[in-house]
Amino acid sequence: MSVRVLRPGLLTTLQDHGRQGLQHVGLCPGGAMDPVALALANALVGNEAGEAALEITVIGPELSFEEDALVALCGAEFDGSFPHNRPVLAPAGSRFNVGHAARGARAYLAVAGGFAVAPVLGSRSTYLPGHFGGFQGRSLKHGDALELRDPGASGRFAKLKKTRNGTVKWSAPPFTLPDREPILVHVLEGQHFASFDSNAQRSFFDTVWKIAPESNRMGFRLTGPALVRSEQSEILSGPTALGSVQVPANGTPIALMADHQTTGGYPRIAEIVSADVARLAQLAPGGTVHFARCDLGMAAELRHDSKERLSAALRGIAWNYGQ
Amino acid sequence: MQQLAATVQARAKPWIRDVVPALGGIALHYDPDHPDVHGDALEAAAILVQECMKEEAVAEEAPARTVEVPVCYEREFAPDIEEVARQVKLDLAEVARLHAAGEYRVLMIGFAPGHAYMSGLDAKLAVPRRATPRALVAPGAVAVANEQTVIYPYAISGGWSVIGRTPVAVFDAAREAPSLLAPGDRVRFRPISADEFMALKK
Repeated sequence: MSVRVLRPGLLTTLQDHGRQGLQHVGLCPGGAMDPVALALANALVGNEAGEAALEITVIGPELSFEEDALVALCGAEFDGSFPHNRPVLAPAGSRFNVGHAARGARAYLAVAGGFAVAPVLGSRSTYLPGHFGGFQGRSLKHGDALELRDPGASGRFAKLKKTRNGTVKWSAPPFTLPDREPILVHVLEGQHFASFDSNAQRSFFDTVWKIAPESNRMGFRLTGPALVRSEQSEILSGPTALGSVQVPANGTPIALMADHQTTGGYPRIAEIVSADVARLAQLAPGGTVHFARCDLGMAAELRHDSKERLSAALRGIAWNYGQ
Repeated sequence: MQQLAATVQARAKPWIRDVVPALGGIALHYDPDHPDVHGDALEAAAILVQECMKEEAVAEEAPARTVEVPVCYEREFAPDIEEVARQVKLDLAEVARLHAAGEYRVLMIGFAPGHAYMSGLDAKLAVPRRATPRALVAPGAVAVANEQTVIYPYAISGGWSVIGRTPVAVFDAAREAPSLLAPGDRVRFRPISADEFMALKK
Protein backbone atom coordinates (compact mmCIF):
# COMPACT_ATOMS: atom_id res chain seq x y z
CA MET A 1 0.00 0.00 0.00
CA SER A 2 1.57 3.24 -1.01
CA VAL A 3 1.00 6.83 -2.05
CA ARG A 4 2.53 7.74 -5.38
CA VAL A 5 3.82 11.22 -6.20
CA LEU A 6 2.62 12.36 -9.63
CA ARG A 7 3.75 15.96 -9.10
CA PRO A 8 5.80 16.92 -6.01
CA GLY A 9 4.67 20.54 -5.54
CA LEU A 10 7.05 23.32 -4.51
CA LEU A 11 8.37 21.80 -1.27
CA THR A 12 6.64 18.74 0.13
CA THR A 13 8.35 17.04 3.07
CA LEU A 14 7.41 14.63 5.84
CA GLN A 15 7.27 16.42 9.20
CA ASP A 16 6.21 15.34 12.66
CA HIS A 17 6.49 17.08 16.03
CA GLY A 18 10.28 17.19 15.74
CA ARG A 19 13.33 15.83 17.58
CA GLN A 20 13.89 17.00 21.13
CA GLY A 21 16.98 16.85 23.26
CA LEU A 22 19.71 17.35 20.64
CA GLN A 23 20.17 21.10 20.68
CA HIS A 24 23.41 20.68 22.68
CA VAL A 25 24.96 19.03 19.58
CA GLY A 26 23.55 21.81 17.44
CA LEU A 27 20.49 20.01 16.08
CA CYS A 28 17.26 22.02 16.24
CA PRO A 29 13.96 20.26 17.00
CA GLY A 30 12.65 20.99 13.48
CA GLY A 31 9.32 19.35 12.68
CA ALA A 32 6.13 20.92 11.37
CA MET A 33 6.28 24.69 10.84
CA ASP A 34 2.62 24.79 11.93
CA PRO A 35 2.24 22.11 14.63
CA VAL A 36 -1.37 23.19 15.29
CA ALA A 37 -2.45 22.29 11.75
CA LEU A 38 -0.42 19.06 11.99
CA ALA A 39 -2.23 18.05 15.20
CA LEU A 40 -5.65 18.75 13.64
CA ALA A 41 -4.85 16.81 10.45
CA ASN A 42 -3.69 13.84 12.50
CA ALA A 43 -6.76 13.93 14.74
CA LEU A 44 -9.07 13.97 11.71
CA VAL A 45 -7.67 10.61 10.56
CA GLY A 46 -7.27 9.14 14.04
CA ASN A 47 -3.49 9.43 14.33
CA GLU A 48 -1.48 10.54 17.34
CA ALA A 49 -1.00 14.34 17.36
CA GLY A 50 2.73 14.10 16.58
CA GLU A 51 2.55 11.55 13.73
CA ALA A 52 4.38 12.49 10.53
CA ALA A 53 2.34 14.09 7.74
CA LEU A 54 3.21 15.72 4.43
CA GLU A 55 4.01 19.41 4.88
CA ILE A 56 2.88 21.09 1.66
CA THR A 57 4.28 24.52 0.83
CA VAL A 58 2.54 27.13 -1.39
CA ILE A 59 2.21 24.84 -4.44
CA GLY A 60 0.68 21.48 -3.64
CA PRO A 61 1.49 18.04 -5.00
CA GLU A 62 -0.61 15.65 -7.03
CA LEU A 63 -0.81 12.22 -5.42
CA SER A 64 -2.43 8.91 -6.21
CA PHE A 65 -3.51 6.29 -3.70
CA GLU A 66 -3.11 2.60 -4.48
CA GLU A 67 -5.75 1.53 -1.99
CA ASP A 68 -8.51 3.23 -0.05
CA ALA A 69 -6.92 5.69 2.37
CA LEU A 70 -8.39 8.04 4.94
CA VAL A 71 -6.71 11.43 4.56
CA ALA A 72 -7.09 14.97 5.89
CA LEU A 73 -5.62 18.29 4.78
CA CYS A 74 -5.29 21.07 7.37
CA GLY A 75 -3.59 24.44 7.51
CA ALA A 76 -3.40 26.66 4.44
CA GLU A 77 -6.33 26.66 2.01
CA PHE A 78 -5.37 25.43 -1.42
CA ASP A 79 -7.44 25.87 -4.56
CA GLY A 80 -8.42 22.69 -6.31
CA SER A 81 -11.05 20.19 -5.34
CA PHE A 82 -9.50 18.86 -2.16
CA PRO A 83 -11.86 19.33 0.85
CA HIS A 84 -10.06 21.07 3.72
CA ASN A 85 -10.13 20.37 7.43
CA ARG A 86 -12.22 17.22 7.01
CA PRO A 87 -11.53 13.50 6.90
CA VAL A 88 -11.77 12.36 3.28
CA LEU A 89 -11.77 8.83 1.95
CA ALA A 90 -9.39 8.60 -1.00
CA PRO A 91 -10.64 5.59 -2.95
CA ALA A 92 -8.13 3.17 -4.48
CA GLY A 93 -6.72 4.56 -7.72
CA SER A 94 -7.92 8.11 -6.99
CA ARG A 95 -5.82 11.16 -7.74
CA PHE A 96 -5.54 14.14 -5.47
CA ASN A 97 -4.45 17.46 -6.86
CA VAL A 98 -3.78 19.92 -4.04
CA GLY A 99 -3.32 23.07 -6.19
CA HIS A 100 -1.96 26.47 -5.09
CA ALA A 101 -2.26 28.10 -1.67
CA ALA A 102 -5.07 30.65 -1.66
CA ARG A 103 -4.81 31.58 2.05
CA GLY A 104 -1.87 30.66 4.25
CA ALA A 105 1.33 28.98 3.05
CA ARG A 106 1.56 25.49 4.55
CA ALA A 107 -0.85 22.59 4.82
CA TYR A 108 -0.49 19.14 6.34
CA LEU A 109 -1.76 16.02 4.63
CA ALA A 110 -2.16 13.26 7.20
CA VAL A 111 -2.98 9.69 6.22
CA ALA A 112 -4.62 7.25 8.65
CA GLY A 113 -1.97 4.95 10.09
CA GLY A 114 0.91 7.22 9.17
CA PHE A 115 3.81 6.92 6.74
CA ALA A 116 6.15 3.95 7.03
CA VAL A 117 9.54 5.67 7.28
CA ALA A 118 12.14 4.89 9.93
CA PRO A 119 12.68 7.57 12.55
CA VAL A 120 16.15 9.16 12.55
CA LEU A 121 17.40 10.43 15.92
CA GLY A 122 13.91 9.98 17.33
CA SER A 123 11.81 11.69 14.66
CA ARG A 124 10.35 11.19 11.18
CA SER A 125 10.83 14.86 10.34
CA THR A 126 12.82 15.73 7.24
CA TYR A 127 15.84 17.86 8.11
CA LEU A 128 16.64 19.27 4.69
CA PRO A 129 20.04 20.88 5.42
CA GLY A 130 21.35 17.58 6.84
CA HIS A 131 19.70 15.38 4.20
CA PHE A 132 18.27 13.03 6.83
CA GLY A 133 14.91 12.07 8.30
CA GLY A 134 11.53 11.87 6.57
CA PHE A 135 11.51 10.33 3.11
CA GLN A 136 15.18 9.80 2.15
CA GLY A 137 16.12 13.06 3.86
CA ARG A 138 14.68 15.19 1.08
CA SER A 139 11.55 16.79 -0.33
CA LEU A 140 9.33 14.61 -2.51
CA LYS A 141 10.04 14.10 -6.21
CA HIS A 142 7.99 12.90 -9.14
CA GLY A 143 7.69 9.12 -9.04
CA ASP A 144 8.31 8.64 -5.31
CA ALA A 145 6.21 5.94 -3.64
CA LEU A 146 5.61 6.39 0.09
CA GLU A 147 4.59 3.30 2.01
CA LEU A 148 1.82 3.58 4.59
CA ARG A 149 1.95 1.83 7.95
CA ASP A 150 -1.59 0.70 8.62
CA PRO A 151 -4.02 0.98 5.73
CA GLY A 152 -6.69 -0.79 7.81
CA ALA A 153 -7.16 2.37 9.85
CA SER A 154 -9.39 3.86 7.17
CA GLY A 155 -12.14 1.52 8.39
CA ARG A 156 -13.03 4.02 11.11
CA PHE A 157 -14.32 6.37 8.42
CA ALA A 158 -17.22 3.99 7.79
CA LYS A 159 -18.71 5.05 11.13
CA LEU A 160 -19.10 8.67 10.07
CA LYS A 161 -22.23 10.23 8.60
CA LYS A 162 -21.25 11.44 5.16
CA THR A 163 -22.39 14.00 2.65
CA ARG A 164 -22.78 13.42 -1.08
CA ASN A 165 -19.20 14.38 -1.94
CA GLY A 166 -17.76 11.69 0.28
CA THR A 167 -16.73 13.75 3.26
CA VAL A 168 -18.49 14.92 6.43
CA LYS A 169 -20.57 18.01 7.25
CA TRP A 170 -18.39 19.23 10.07
CA SER A 171 -14.84 20.53 9.84
CA ALA A 172 -11.89 21.42 12.04
CA PRO A 173 -11.30 25.16 12.57
CA PRO A 174 -8.43 26.87 10.68
CA PHE A 175 -6.76 28.34 13.79
CA THR A 176 -3.52 29.52 12.28
CA LEU A 177 -4.64 31.08 8.98
CA PRO A 178 -4.32 34.84 8.45
CA ASP A 179 -7.75 36.52 8.35
CA ARG A 180 -6.21 39.66 6.97
CA GLU A 181 -2.71 40.96 6.57
CA PRO A 182 -0.62 42.27 8.15
CA ILE A 183 -1.03 39.62 10.82
CA LEU A 184 -0.34 40.66 14.40
CA VAL A 185 2.40 38.72 16.18
CA HIS A 186 3.26 39.20 19.86
CA VAL A 187 6.87 39.47 20.94
CA LEU A 188 8.88 39.86 24.12
CA GLU A 189 11.78 42.29 24.07
CA GLY A 190 14.89 40.31 23.15
CA GLN A 191 18.10 40.14 25.17
CA HIS A 192 19.71 42.88 23.05
CA PHE A 193 16.67 45.13 22.58
CA ALA A 194 18.30 47.93 24.57
CA SER A 195 21.38 47.95 22.32
CA PHE A 196 19.29 49.23 19.39
CA ASP A 197 18.84 52.97 19.04
CA SER A 198 15.42 54.44 19.81
CA ASN A 199 14.58 54.82 16.11
CA ALA A 200 15.22 51.14 15.53
CA GLN A 201 13.23 50.18 18.61
CA ARG A 202 10.31 52.28 17.41
CA SER A 203 10.41 51.17 13.80
CA PHE A 204 10.54 47.50 14.82
CA PHE A 205 7.05 47.93 16.28
CA ASP A 206 5.76 50.53 13.76
CA THR A 207 6.77 48.74 10.57
CA VAL A 208 4.63 46.41 8.52
CA TRP A 209 7.29 43.80 7.73
CA LYS A 210 7.22 41.79 4.54
CA ILE A 211 8.43 38.17 4.34
CA ALA A 212 11.38 38.19 1.91
CA PRO A 213 11.63 35.62 -0.91
CA GLU A 214 14.85 34.15 0.56
CA SER A 215 12.91 32.84 3.57
CA ASN A 216 12.76 29.14 4.36
CA ARG A 217 12.14 26.60 7.12
CA MET A 218 15.25 27.90 8.91
CA GLY A 219 14.21 31.54 9.11
CA PHE A 220 12.03 34.29 7.67
CA ARG A 221 13.93 37.37 6.51
CA LEU A 222 11.86 40.49 7.06
CA THR A 223 11.95 43.33 4.55
CA GLY A 224 11.58 46.83 5.97
CA PRO A 225 13.76 49.64 7.31
CA ALA A 226 17.29 48.65 8.43
CA LEU A 227 17.49 48.37 12.22
CA VAL A 228 20.58 50.12 13.52
CA ARG A 229 22.27 49.34 16.80
CA SER A 230 23.65 52.17 18.91
CA GLU A 231 26.64 49.97 19.85
CA GLN A 232 28.21 48.08 16.99
CA SER A 233 30.30 45.78 19.20
CA GLU A 234 30.31 42.08 18.35
CA ILE A 235 28.47 39.87 20.82
CA LEU A 236 29.31 36.35 22.01
CA SER A 237 27.39 33.49 20.43
CA GLY A 238 24.37 32.89 22.62
CA PRO A 239 21.49 30.41 22.59
CA THR A 240 18.58 31.06 20.25
CA ALA A 241 15.07 29.64 20.21
CA LEU A 242 12.15 29.09 17.88
CA GLY A 243 10.81 32.60 17.25
CA SER A 244 13.99 34.53 18.13
CA VAL A 245 14.28 37.64 15.95
CA GLN A 246 17.93 38.37 15.27
CA VAL A 247 19.39 41.33 13.42
CA PRO A 248 22.65 40.94 11.48
CA ALA A 249 24.78 44.03 10.85
CA ASN A 250 22.90 44.78 7.61
CA GLY A 251 19.87 45.62 9.78
CA THR A 252 17.49 43.07 8.22
CA PRO A 253 15.71 41.11 10.96
CA ILE A 254 15.42 37.33 10.65
CA ALA A 255 12.73 35.39 12.55
CA LEU A 256 14.00 31.91 13.42
CA MET A 257 11.63 29.16 12.35
CA ALA A 258 11.42 25.35 12.81
CA ASP A 259 14.85 24.46 11.37
CA HIS A 260 16.53 27.33 13.21
CA GLN A 261 20.11 27.49 14.40
CA THR A 262 20.59 26.55 18.07
CA THR A 263 22.94 29.45 18.84
CA GLY A 264 23.85 32.66 17.10
CA GLY A 265 26.06 35.69 17.36
CA TYR A 266 23.67 38.32 16.02
CA PRO A 267 21.82 40.53 18.49
CA ARG A 268 18.28 39.41 19.24
CA ILE A 269 15.85 42.30 19.22
CA ALA A 270 12.77 40.24 20.08
CA GLU A 271 11.40 36.79 20.89
CA ILE A 272 8.11 35.79 19.26
CA VAL A 273 5.74 34.20 21.78
CA SER A 274 5.30 30.47 21.23
CA ALA A 275 1.54 30.81 20.64
CA ASP A 276 2.11 33.02 17.57
CA VAL A 277 4.91 31.17 15.74
CA ALA A 278 2.51 28.82 13.93
CA ARG A 279 0.54 31.79 12.56
CA LEU A 280 3.71 33.43 11.31
CA ALA A 281 4.60 30.11 9.62
CA GLN A 282 1.44 30.50 7.55
CA LEU A 283 2.82 33.57 5.76
CA ALA A 284 4.31 32.99 2.31
CA PRO A 285 7.01 35.29 0.89
CA GLY A 286 5.33 38.66 0.31
CA GLY A 287 3.06 38.14 3.34
CA THR A 288 3.04 40.91 5.93
CA VAL A 289 3.32 41.02 9.71
CA HIS A 290 3.57 43.60 12.42
CA PHE A 291 4.79 43.07 15.93
CA ALA A 292 3.12 43.97 19.21
CA ARG A 293 5.02 44.11 22.48
CA CYS A 294 3.86 41.85 25.28
CA ASP A 295 5.21 40.57 28.60
CA LEU A 296 5.77 37.07 29.97
CA GLY A 297 2.39 37.01 31.69
CA MET A 298 0.58 37.78 28.46
CA ALA A 299 2.73 35.30 26.54
CA ALA A 300 1.68 32.60 29.01
CA GLU A 301 -1.99 33.60 28.59
CA LEU A 302 -1.72 33.47 24.81
CA ARG A 303 -0.09 30.04 25.05
CA HIS A 304 -2.78 28.84 27.42
CA ASP A 305 -5.58 30.16 25.18
CA SER A 306 -4.23 28.61 22.00
CA LYS A 307 -3.70 25.29 23.79
CA GLU A 308 -7.28 25.38 25.11
CA ARG A 309 -8.65 26.17 21.65
CA LEU A 310 -6.72 23.28 20.14
CA SER A 311 -7.78 20.80 22.86
CA ALA A 312 -11.41 21.84 22.41
CA ALA A 313 -11.14 21.25 18.65
CA LEU A 314 -9.46 17.87 19.22
CA ARG A 315 -12.26 16.91 21.65
CA GLY A 316 -14.81 17.95 19.01
CA ILE A 317 -13.18 15.70 16.42
CA ALA A 318 -13.09 12.78 18.87
CA TRP A 319 -16.78 13.39 19.65
CA ASN A 320 -17.68 13.23 15.96
CA TYR A 321 -15.95 9.90 15.78
CA GLY A 322 -18.05 8.79 18.75
CA GLN A 323 -15.08 8.25 21.06
CA MET B 1 29.18 27.26 30.85
CA GLN B 2 29.83 23.67 29.66
CA GLN B 3 30.24 22.61 33.29
CA LEU B 4 27.02 24.30 34.30
CA ALA B 5 25.16 22.64 31.42
CA ALA B 6 26.48 19.22 32.51
CA THR B 7 25.33 19.86 36.08
CA VAL B 8 21.84 20.94 34.95
CA GLN B 9 21.66 17.98 32.56
CA ALA B 10 22.64 15.57 35.37
CA ARG B 11 19.54 16.58 37.32
CA ALA B 12 17.49 15.19 34.38
CA LYS B 13 14.29 17.14 34.95
CA PRO B 14 11.61 15.64 32.69
CA TRP B 15 10.14 19.05 31.83
CA ILE B 16 13.48 20.33 30.50
CA ARG B 17 13.88 19.26 26.87
CA ASP B 18 17.24 20.76 26.04
CA VAL B 19 20.15 22.33 27.89
CA VAL B 20 22.24 24.39 25.48
CA PRO B 21 25.47 25.96 26.70
CA ALA B 22 26.86 28.78 24.57
CA LEU B 23 29.63 31.32 25.04
CA GLY B 24 27.21 34.13 25.76
CA GLY B 25 24.78 32.24 27.99
CA ILE B 26 22.95 29.01 28.61
CA ALA B 27 19.48 28.04 27.36
CA LEU B 28 17.03 25.75 29.08
CA HIS B 29 14.28 24.79 26.63
CA TYR B 30 11.39 23.56 28.73
CA ASP B 31 7.74 22.59 28.52
CA PRO B 32 5.92 25.02 30.82
CA ASP B 33 2.82 22.81 30.81
CA HIS B 34 4.58 19.58 31.81
CA PRO B 35 2.76 17.85 34.72
CA ASP B 36 6.01 17.83 36.76
CA VAL B 37 6.14 21.63 36.77
CA HIS B 38 4.73 22.99 39.98
CA GLY B 39 4.08 26.70 39.87
CA ASP B 40 5.91 28.97 37.48
CA ALA B 41 8.26 27.11 35.10
CA LEU B 42 10.55 30.10 34.51
CA GLU B 43 11.04 30.56 38.24
CA ALA B 44 11.69 26.83 38.70
CA ALA B 45 14.26 26.94 35.88
CA ALA B 46 16.00 29.98 37.37
CA ILE B 47 16.19 28.31 40.81
CA LEU B 48 17.56 25.13 39.22
CA VAL B 49 20.32 27.05 37.44
CA GLN B 50 21.22 28.97 40.61
CA GLU B 51 21.47 25.72 42.59
CA CYS B 52 23.64 24.15 39.91
CA MET B 53 25.95 27.15 39.86
CA LYS B 54 26.66 26.60 43.56
CA GLU B 55 27.23 22.88 43.12
CA GLU B 56 30.66 21.39 42.58
CA ALA B 57 31.42 19.91 39.17
CA VAL B 58 29.47 16.66 38.78
CA ALA B 59 31.98 14.77 36.71
CA GLU B 60 35.70 14.75 36.24
CA GLU B 61 36.51 16.45 32.98
CA ALA B 62 37.46 13.80 30.44
CA PRO B 63 41.01 14.17 29.09
CA ALA B 64 40.97 16.24 25.92
CA ARG B 65 41.04 14.31 22.63
CA THR B 66 42.99 15.63 19.68
CA VAL B 67 41.12 15.50 16.38
CA GLU B 68 42.91 16.11 13.09
CA VAL B 69 40.79 17.68 10.37
CA PRO B 70 42.04 17.84 6.76
CA VAL B 71 41.33 21.20 5.06
CA CYS B 72 41.80 22.35 1.48
CA TYR B 73 42.62 26.07 1.32
CA GLU B 74 42.73 26.33 -2.48
CA ARG B 75 40.79 29.23 -3.91
CA GLU B 76 37.89 27.21 -5.35
CA PHE B 77 37.25 25.86 -1.82
CA ALA B 78 37.73 29.24 -0.14
CA PRO B 79 35.32 31.88 -1.52
CA ASP B 80 36.26 34.51 1.07
CA ILE B 81 40.02 33.93 1.41
CA GLU B 82 40.94 36.84 -0.88
CA GLU B 83 38.71 39.24 1.02
CA VAL B 84 40.15 38.05 4.35
CA ALA B 85 43.70 38.37 3.00
CA ARG B 86 42.93 41.93 1.90
CA GLN B 87 41.37 42.81 5.26
CA VAL B 88 44.30 41.48 7.31
CA LYS B 89 46.93 42.56 4.75
CA LEU B 90 48.52 39.15 4.20
CA ASP B 91 48.85 37.02 1.09
CA LEU B 92 46.62 33.98 0.49
CA ALA B 93 49.29 31.39 1.31
CA GLU B 94 50.07 33.14 4.59
CA VAL B 95 46.37 33.16 5.59
CA ALA B 96 46.21 29.40 4.94
CA ARG B 97 49.52 28.75 6.70
CA LEU B 98 48.55 30.70 9.83
CA HIS B 99 45.16 29.01 9.98
CA ALA B 100 46.64 25.50 9.69
CA ALA B 101 49.39 26.27 12.20
CA GLY B 102 46.95 27.04 14.99
CA GLU B 103 46.13 24.81 17.95
CA TYR B 104 42.42 24.97 18.50
CA ARG B 105 40.07 24.08 21.32
CA VAL B 106 36.34 23.40 20.87
CA LEU B 107 34.50 25.95 23.01
CA MET B 108 30.96 24.92 22.17
CA ILE B 109 28.78 23.14 19.63
CA GLY B 110 25.96 25.26 18.29
CA PHE B 111 24.26 27.06 15.43
CA ALA B 112 23.99 23.89 13.31
CA PRO B 113 24.46 20.14 13.94
CA GLY B 114 28.07 19.35 14.90
CA HIS B 115 29.07 22.97 14.25
CA ALA B 116 32.01 23.59 16.62
CA TYR B 117 33.22 27.01 17.70
CA MET B 118 36.97 26.77 18.18
CA SER B 119 39.31 29.20 19.91
CA GLY B 120 42.98 29.50 19.02
CA LEU B 121 42.80 31.45 15.75
CA ASP B 122 45.87 33.61 15.22
CA ALA B 123 44.91 37.19 16.10
CA LYS B 124 46.35 38.24 12.72
CA LEU B 125 43.42 36.46 11.03
CA ALA B 126 40.67 37.98 13.16
CA VAL B 127 38.02 39.58 10.95
CA PRO B 128 34.49 40.59 12.00
CA ARG B 129 31.43 38.58 10.91
CA ARG B 130 30.18 39.37 7.43
CA ALA B 131 27.63 42.19 7.33
CA THR B 132 25.30 40.08 5.19
CA PRO B 133 25.30 36.34 5.88
CA ARG B 134 25.85 34.14 2.82
CA ALA B 135 22.61 32.45 1.72
CA LEU B 136 24.47 29.14 1.39
CA VAL B 137 27.94 27.94 2.35
CA ALA B 138 29.38 24.62 1.13
CA PRO B 139 29.20 21.58 3.44
CA GLY B 140 32.48 21.35 5.35
CA ALA B 141 33.26 25.05 4.79
CA VAL B 142 35.94 26.21 7.24
CA ALA B 143 35.35 29.82 8.27
CA VAL B 144 36.79 32.47 10.55
CA ALA B 145 35.58 35.47 12.56
CA ASN B 146 36.74 37.20 15.75
CA GLU B 147 39.69 34.96 16.70
CA GLN B 148 37.57 31.83 16.28
CA THR B 149 37.13 29.26 13.57
CA VAL B 150 34.21 27.00 12.65
CA ILE B 151 33.32 24.20 10.23
CA TYR B 152 29.88 24.35 8.62
CA PRO B 153 28.33 20.86 8.50
CA TYR B 154 25.93 21.40 5.60
CA ALA B 155 24.99 23.82 2.88
CA ILE B 156 23.39 26.40 5.19
CA SER B 157 23.26 30.14 5.61
CA GLY B 158 26.32 31.45 7.43
CA GLY B 159 27.86 34.77 8.44
CA TRP B 160 31.56 33.89 8.77
CA SER B 161 34.29 34.22 6.11
CA VAL B 162 35.00 30.91 4.37
CA ILE B 163 38.75 30.28 3.88
CA GLY B 164 38.79 26.51 3.25
CA ARG B 165 36.81 23.30 3.17
CA THR B 166 37.09 19.84 4.75
CA PRO B 167 35.89 16.62 3.09
CA VAL B 168 35.13 15.13 6.53
CA ALA B 169 31.50 15.00 7.77
CA VAL B 170 31.32 16.91 11.05
CA PHE B 171 27.77 15.62 11.66
CA ASP B 172 26.41 12.26 10.53
CA ALA B 173 22.99 11.21 11.86
CA ALA B 174 23.85 7.55 11.17
CA ARG B 175 27.06 7.64 13.26
CA GLU B 176 26.88 6.47 16.88
CA ALA B 177 28.17 9.86 17.98
CA PRO B 178 26.65 12.05 15.25
CA SER B 179 28.90 15.02 16.08
CA LEU B 180 32.60 14.63 15.14
CA LEU B 181 33.66 17.20 17.73
CA ALA B 182 32.70 17.82 21.35
CA PRO B 183 33.37 20.73 23.69
CA GLY B 184 36.91 20.52 25.09
CA ASP B 185 38.39 18.67 22.08
CA ARG B 186 41.73 19.85 20.70
CA VAL B 187 41.69 20.30 16.93
CA ARG B 188 44.48 20.57 14.36
CA PHE B 189 43.97 21.35 10.70
CA ARG B 190 46.04 19.51 8.08
CA PRO B 191 46.32 21.35 4.74
CA ILE B 192 45.41 19.15 1.76
CA SER B 193 45.38 19.62 -2.00
CA ALA B 194 42.24 19.72 -4.15
CA ASP B 195 43.07 16.19 -5.39
CA GLU B 196 43.34 14.88 -1.85
CA PHE B 197 40.06 16.60 -1.01
CA MET B 198 38.35 14.76 -3.86
CA ALA B 199 39.94 11.44 -2.85
CA LEU B 200 38.84 11.82 0.79
CA LYS B 201 35.36 12.99 -0.20
CA LYS B 202 34.65 9.64 -1.92
